[in-house]
Amino acid sequence: MIPAAFDYQVADSADAAIAALAEHGDDAKLLAGGHSLIPLMRFRLATPGVVVDIGRISDLSYINDGGDHVAIGAMTTHRAIETSELLATEAPLLRHVAGQVGDPQVRHRGTLGGSLAHGDPASDLPAALLAHGGVLVARGPGGEREIAASDFFTGFLETALAGDEIITEIRIPKAAGVGWSYQKFNRRAQDWAIVGAAVMLGDAPKVALVNMGSAPMRHSGVEAGLAGGGGADAASVAGDDTDPPEDLNADAEYRKHLARVLVGRGITEASG
Amino acid sequence: MTAVEDPITTTAIGTPMKRREDPKLLAGEGKYVDDIHVVGQLWMGMVRSPLAHARITSIDTSAAEAAEGVHSVLTGPQLQEMGLWLAPLPCAWPVTEDMVNPPHYPTAIDEVHHVGEIVAVVLADSRYGAADAAEQVIVDYEPLDAVASIAAARDGSATAHSEHETNKAFHWPLVPDPDALEAAFANPAHHVKANFVQQRLIPAAMEPRGVLAVPSPMGGDVTLYSATQVPHILKVMIAATTGIPESKIRVVAPAVGGGFGAKLNINPDEILAVTLANRLGRAVRWTESRSEAAFSTHQGRGQLQTIELAADADGKLQGVRVHIDADMGAYMMLITPGVPLLGSFLYTGVYDVPAFGFTCDGYFTNLTPTDAYRGAGRPEASYAIERAMDILAAQVGIGPDEIRRRNYLAGGEYFENLEVPSTLVFDSGHYGPNLDRALELADYDGLRAEQARRRAAGESKQLGIGMVTYVEICGLAPSRALGGLSYGAGGWEHATVRLLPTGKAEVVSGSTPHGQGHETTWSQIVADKLGIPPEDVTVLHSDTAISPLGLDTYGSRSLAVGGVAIAAACDKVVEKAKQIAAHQMEASADDLEFAGGMFSVSGSPDQAMPIQAIAFGAFTAHNLPDGMEPNLQEQVTFDPTNFVFPFGTHVCAVEIDEDTGAVELLSYVAVDDCGNQINPMIVEGQVHGGIVQGVAQALFEEACYDEDGNLTNPSMMDYLVPSAADVPSMVTDYTVTPSTSNPLGVKGAGEAGTISSAAAVMNAVVDALSPYGVVDMDMPATPQRVWRTINEAKGGQA
Amino acid sequence: MEVSVTVNGERRSADVEPRTLLVHFLRETLGLTGTNVGCDTSSCGACTIHVNGESAKSCTMFAVQADGAEITTIEGLASEDGELHPMQQAFMDCHGLQCGYCTPGMVMAATSLVAENPGGLDEAGVREGLEGNLCRCTGYHNIVKAVLSVGGAA
Repeated sequence: MIPAAFDYQVADSADAAIAALAEHGDDAKLLAGGHSLIPLMRFRLATPGVVVDIGRISDLSYINDGGDHVAIGAMTTHRAIETSELLATEAPLLRHVAGQVGDPQVRHRGTLGGSLAHGDPASDLPAALLAHGGVLVARGPGGEREIAASDFFTGFLETALAGDEIITEIRIPKAAGVGWSYQKFNRRAQDWAIVGAAVMLGDAPKVALVNMGSAPMRHSGVEAGLAGGGGADAASVAGDDTDPPEDLNADAEYRKHLARVLVGRGITEASG
Repeated sequence: MTAVEDPITTTAIGTPMKRREDPKLLAGEGKYVDDIHVVGQLWMGMVRSPLAHARITSIDTSAAEAAEGVHSVLTGPQLQEMGLWLAPLPCAWPVTEDMVNPPHYPTAIDEVHHVGEIVAVVLADSRYGAADAAEQVIVDYEPLDAVASIAAARDGSATAHSEHETNKAFHWPLVPDPDALEAAFANPAHHVKANFVQQRLIPAAMEPRGVLAVPSPMGGDVTLYSATQVPHILKVMIAATTGIPESKIRVVAPAVGGGFGAKLNINPDEILAVTLANRLGRAVRWTESRSEAAFSTHQGRGQLQTIELAADADGKLQGVRVHIDADMGAYMMLITPGVPLLGSFLYTGVYDVPAFGFTCDGYFTNLTPTDAYRGAGRPEASYAIERAMDILAAQVGIGPDEIRRRNYLAGGEYFENLEVPSTLVFDSGHYGPNLDRALELADYDGLRAEQARRRAAGESKQLGIGMVTYVEICGLAPSRALGGLSYGAGGWEHATVRLLPTGKAEVVSGSTPHGQGHETTWSQIVADKLGIPPEDVTVLHSDTAISPLGLDTYGSRSLAVGGVAIAAACDKVVEKAKQIAAHQMEASADDLEFAGGMFSVSGSPDQAMPIQAIAFGAFTAHNLPDGMEPNLQEQVTFDPTNFVFPFGTHVCAVEIDEDTGAVELLSYVAVDDCGNQINPMIVEGQVHGGIVQGVAQALFEEACYDEDGNLTNPSMMDYLVPSAADVPSMVTDYTVTPSTSNPLGVKGAGEAGTISSAAAVMNAVVDALSPYGVVDMDMPATPQRVWRTINEAKGGQA
Repeated sequence: MEVSVTVNGERRSADVEPRTLLVHFLRETLGLTGTNVGCDTSSCGACTIHVNGESAKSCTMFAVQADGAEITTIEGLASEDGELHPMQQAFMDCHGLQCGYCTPGMVMAATSLVAENPGGLDEAGVREGLEGNLCRCTGYHNIVKAVLSVGGAA
């Protein structure tokens, strides 16, 4: 399958990318690693007139100690996250989840910012961000703003990012020693999760679900149960208040069942 | 005369020789069709129907024609008017005299019958330009009711072809003794009746199909490079379909990236490329995209099976009765209707069954046509009988190993040339020791003990153990037998062996490899037969200009037919060489011995000549017997007198996570018997790959259609070809029971794994769930299906 | 657009449409047909090459994205005198290929995997590390054996 023709621009800085977005509006798409966009373009499900390549903005690729958080540049690859020593101690859930995305080739090219901006409810990293209680830094013509992960994913492939904004950084609160787990269920190793569950314990436990609604989501019912000391029993409500998709692999009833099982396993593992 | 040296002794046959094909393939130098380019070539882009059944009301090609780089846009009616073909695409297997066979032209003319049927063709000067232009062709359709399943086809309230009154294409019976069959089922102690679904599968050879047709500027010749298993058959069929004289057509199958049956057809794109290249005087090419392949290449399986077993109180079979409804898809392709028949003879499996009956109804649907896919009818048959045997075992209250032992042909002892109720004569078999070895390797008793432990402990991960003893019918085929089945061709294979003046051998084979390593295997046979080093043997194939005679590669036939032809041609070369040697050494041919490439006179070991010297002598022709033709070159066309019947026992263990329904294949043991082996390394590779394709049917793969006939999972993202991470390593071993059907004693190995493994895995899945009263489950055993089955079974118990 | 890459040590430039997929650039513009295309959804891995030393699926990159990159394809793996790379040799020795179509991508994925795991891989590590490469012939058994023979844990 062959993409439709487009104009190609290289943005060598975040500001250049923002300027390009301002100039071309909805006709432009940002290209980071390309692993969300290019497959859509090959089937002509996306036909942008202008593709703005931000993959060369090397100063957006970093993993830094930010004091109470780890600061990760938006263009950092899954592979860099998966192998980061800093994240091994301070954000092991995110690090582990990055290693569960796609396959090694995808992880070499795919970026954290690109995956989050795509906002796919079936993808792994949004759930990790939500469970970590991370923050996204968005930059637009008016400057920078912080967006809490819990406010970021607004609908199916929709985020709180404005049309002329790009993600520059992702901040993950340090979580050394906090119990965590990621449970991914699929039929074939390389595939998207049929259902996934990210669990972070600690003072304010967070549980995020993959592919259980139109957007990446946290599950407040389970979180409340956990906060109330419910332990793995809190998983019993994991299917409630969800609106999972139906496809060849799973109908809604089965996905809700999987959510309960996976959240339960996640809590048990995180508590172990 | 040459001084006597130590004879070269080759013992090539039976050794795991490394493949001579590999260095090029590993270096990226394998030339597949899409790697071959010709100056001035035009790229075809296909405009395909988005609807399963519709009338074409208009086609607007103006925008596409106006696009830059577009040579032309041709609709179905326009192509038809150009007179590019004389006849529709061929079906070589009219299984009954009254079989319905609607015309299948390379493009739809006024009505489309499946999603993806070609309605117009774009020719452009680039790959991307062709894709763009194909998108710009606007086609209007009047939708018609689609027949999207066998059930809908049977129901018949809509017909897949508007001009038909029913969807039934044929009824084919094989009931050798109806009275005996009726008697067997009159009042059996045990009666098993089971329904199985053979879901449609997408063959998914890793190389997509592609074509490049190159007209010769010097004349009317056309060369077609095609990713095909059957260049020889393709050549004949192109001639028959288009009217281009056979002698003007050359077909080349360059490196071909897997076939599995999917590349043995005569496809619309092949006819379009040849005829358009011929007409336009320019090369024409096309390569299917993976998502397009689900429509442009045939699919496999697609059957609803009902099998009944009658057995006495001990579980001894008295009769087997089978009916299947087979999904032809929208059209009859090359051997579409014959695929179920290939399985028909195997529904009694490896068992001694006094009475047998089989009937098959073929139905049209508005889905991609079906045709051969690895095993072609035989995996379906093996699945039905082997699943049913497990159900019978449970009814009788004995183990799956015991039910099999009680019913093996010849009581599990060695037999040869044994007639079975389906009227075939099995060449040889020895099933008992084969089962013993498989159970031993699998640690069957240990697995059962672990299963019992988990059940007693009520663990959430339960163990299931499955076994299968399969037999397959391959070495296709004795031409007379094919004639008896109304197949439109023979089953012979041709070989030419020549010993060149320099002492090197050249073999021309009509077999056409696409991953099986023929060059290596053939060189081993020739090396042993002629007593020369394997590296001195060159193997030529897959180009009808080099190898004009052949019937190609499918049905695990290459070694048992093509390899035997090569061996026989070698024998003829040696025989002629012996006459020359006798003449030149002034000895009687009867006194000559041939060993290690050396002719020597019995009793006078200092009198000897190497075959290479004789080859040179045959070339110079200075001193040949009176009347003998120069050169050492012999041809053999081998037509087998019987099929070959490989067999084996596979035992596997699965773990089922009852909380999620996930099935994990833990271990897989295969003990196959394909008779004598030429290259055990290659045999093992065939077994491995075959097993995983069957495992894929059991656990992963299904072409899913909605009720309007739309395929909902055409891409590799949704059609789950398993990866390395989804299957385990396997344990393989062999017993050796040589075939009596050919002088090499060889059988076949290409399809065996697939013929056994789907049933073995599903037997294990059902075994794991048997404590809940589960007796069957459809393939693929997806987590959702397993979870739901467990839930329903537990609910049923409560 | 002008795209310049260093492929297998050689500097190559060409003017291509921005939408040109890297795999088509390699195969059709530069004539390096060893890298194959097996799907259109980044699923099969037949198109795997190394971009700046890491495995990547060249069907999911535009050629323009590779401008300035160091690329290694299967053609660049063997030494200049034609001696196979140890991974290629292992595939041959272990019968890790049949039709050969997935093989270039499989070998490139495997060399990248082994390079990233200097401590050695176990069977599960190899199988998971090759999850993005599909083969229809071998059932993976001998591919895994081949990769373990080169990059297995001691």
